[in-house]
Amino acid sequence: MTINTLTEKIHKALSLGRKALMPYLPAGYPDKDAFWRHIADLDHSGADIIEIGVPFSDPVADGTIVEQAALRCLEQGVNLQWILDELAMRRSSIRAGIVLMGYMNPFLQFGLERLAATASRIGVNGLIIADLPLEEALDIRKLFRECGIALISLVGLNTSAERLRLYARRSEGFVYFVSVMGVTGERDALPMELQNALRKAREIFSIPLALGFGLHSPAQLTKINDAVDGVVMGSSLIRHIQESGGIDGFLTPWTSKQAG
Amino acid sequence: MRKGYFGDFGGRFAPELLMPPLLELEEAMDRIMTSAAFQEEFTNLLRHYVGRPTALYRCDNLSKELDFGLWLKREDLAHTGAHKINNTVGQALLAKHMGKTRLVAETGAGQHGVATATAAALLGLECIVYMGATDVVRQAHNVQRMELLGAQVRPVQSGSQTLKDAINAAMRHWIAKQADTHYCLGSAVGPHPFPLLVRELQSIIGREALEQFQSRTGKLPEQVVACVGGGSNAIGMFHAFVTHRQTALVGVEAAGEGSVDCFHSATLNKGTPGVLHGCKTKLLQTADGQIMPSHSLAPGLDYPGVGPEHAHLQAQGRAKYVSVTDSQALKAFLRLAKTEGILAALESSHALAHVLSLAQTLPVSTDVVVCLSGRGDKDLGIVREALRKG
Repeated sequence: MTINTLTEKIHKALSLGRKALMPYLPAGYPDKDAFWRHIADLDHSGADIIEIGVPFSDPVADGTIVEQAALRCLEQGVNLQWILDELAMRRSSIRAGIVLMGYMNPFLQFGLERLAATASRIGVNGLIIADLPLEEALDIRKLFRECGIALISLVGLNTSAERLRLYARRSEGFVYFVSVMGVTGERDALPMELQNALRKAREIFSIPLALGFGLHSPAQLTKINDAVDGVVMGSSLIRHIQESGGIDGFLTPWTSKQAG
Repeated sequence: MRKGYFGDFGGRFAPELLMPPLLELEEAMDRIMTSAAFQEEFTNLLRHYVGRPTALYRCDNLSKELDFGLWLKREDLAHTGAHKINNTVGQALLAKHMGKTRLVAETGAGQHGVATATAAALLGLECIVYMGATDVVRQAHNVQRMELLGAQVRPVQSGSQTLKDAINAAMRHWIAKQADTHYCLGSAVGPHPFPLLVRELQSIIGREALEQFQSRTGKLPEQVVACVGGGSNAIGMFHAFVTHRQTALVGVEAAGEGSVDCFHSATLNKGTPGVLHGCKTKLLQTADGQIMPSHSLAPGLDYPGVGPEHAHLQAQGRAKYVSVTDSQALKAFLRLAKTEGILAALESSHALAHVLSLAQTLPVSTDVVVCLSGRGDKDLGIVREALRKG
């Protein structure tokens, strides 16, 4: 496993004529057993990278659906140790890249060096920390890079070209572009200015660009198709599980050729 | 020292989407707040609207009982009845100079919400206040005050439905509406530059107290004491004294009911370092890093984190932090009312309770200045209920 594993997963999807599919699910949702079944199903049905949410009591970048799901996981006793233990037993049977996504404090309390070493041994490929901007990330990025784990950068519509360049110089794996000025959760329409903002980011980053927050349908990508290499679906996946009890059919609209 | 840090504490642990408004605010602090025009306007508002300087009062009756000098910095006499107004008038004025048209704020018990709604009304800004759904019910009269002042109060249904969730909701709102909105954070917490901004605006408390005390006694007080929840009145009180090392600084936290396992808000005494609401500080948290619910009889102390500069002052040994139980604070509340004719806020009563516990233990020549951060009228319901339970 190398620091480039996530980049390679995305390129592979693109070579198949589609976007890289990056579903997000809070660890232990809807319950501890069903969660791992859903992860296996997502893996079998075409997920290229799976983002496992590490639940936090105060998820400031998340909307209602993800927050409620995370709190439900916490009530069931999910913590980072459980996630890593369970993942260790299953990692070899999951083809997709694995990214842990969460907030600073649970990672910090676990111990960053311990996390880097453990995650690397298990085969975690990347880490997303929603409340860790560029300036606070310097040492942490280095720590994880040395263990072959990419610290994924989040940027958005209000990130200046200057800041995008600072991120581009340091980022690996892929860059996560937040599609809306807001928190996670499905949106009917993506903002008008997204097209230009993505074009700008595209020029600055050499690594693939994944779009997240608010996505539920390939139709949303009509005008921005060329600028996006991967798509992250979180709230829409949680809603799909709530409505159907499983992940059957969830990725189907995204795996057809026209979505790429 | 690293930018935005107080020793090991502070920083800016915020989503990237909040970085542009945080940098914009930092720039505005440097450019606008330092200007003569802003300072003149702010000083005028503090004098003629807020009612500054607030009195420094020597409690002669209590001093006799204690055998040392007890002084109160009377922030309860400021407009809206607490120190909170110093911060909100300052931030509202800054927001206006920045071209913002709306303030968003969080509130726990409603004091900061009322102070924000007041400043917004004064300066012609829109105002949205997020308040935990539980608090909306518990503090209905403050909801009414905010609405009368023209603010829109939005109940927060998520999480524990208290102050910490109201902060989450206000930050989420700010992410979405940053172009025309300023987040008027109520305590010396949050991502840089908020702890610095709030200290800057509250430090008038300590500057006045130092000058008033010195001009009346010709010396500095031996001790300065303030209650600490998030810690804005305390940092405002302490700041002018930090370099005067002969003055001891004492922060008083809420120990709640006082038994070992009960919920409390004594973050500096019982918490551990972590990251919440954008800064590294001491927190009440589980071993997994989940934030625990806090409790205090005083609603304004009920927060599971604390301002990062307090964590630093504690680590340095420059300030000492002690804790006081609900019942000790209640006794202090009653004693001040009967001996000096002052109804103090339950928050401030914590600071007072600690000082009352020092009776007969200090040299007679000792002078202790307590920041009486707010008035107690808001707490009558809580006091009545506590007395009924005995």
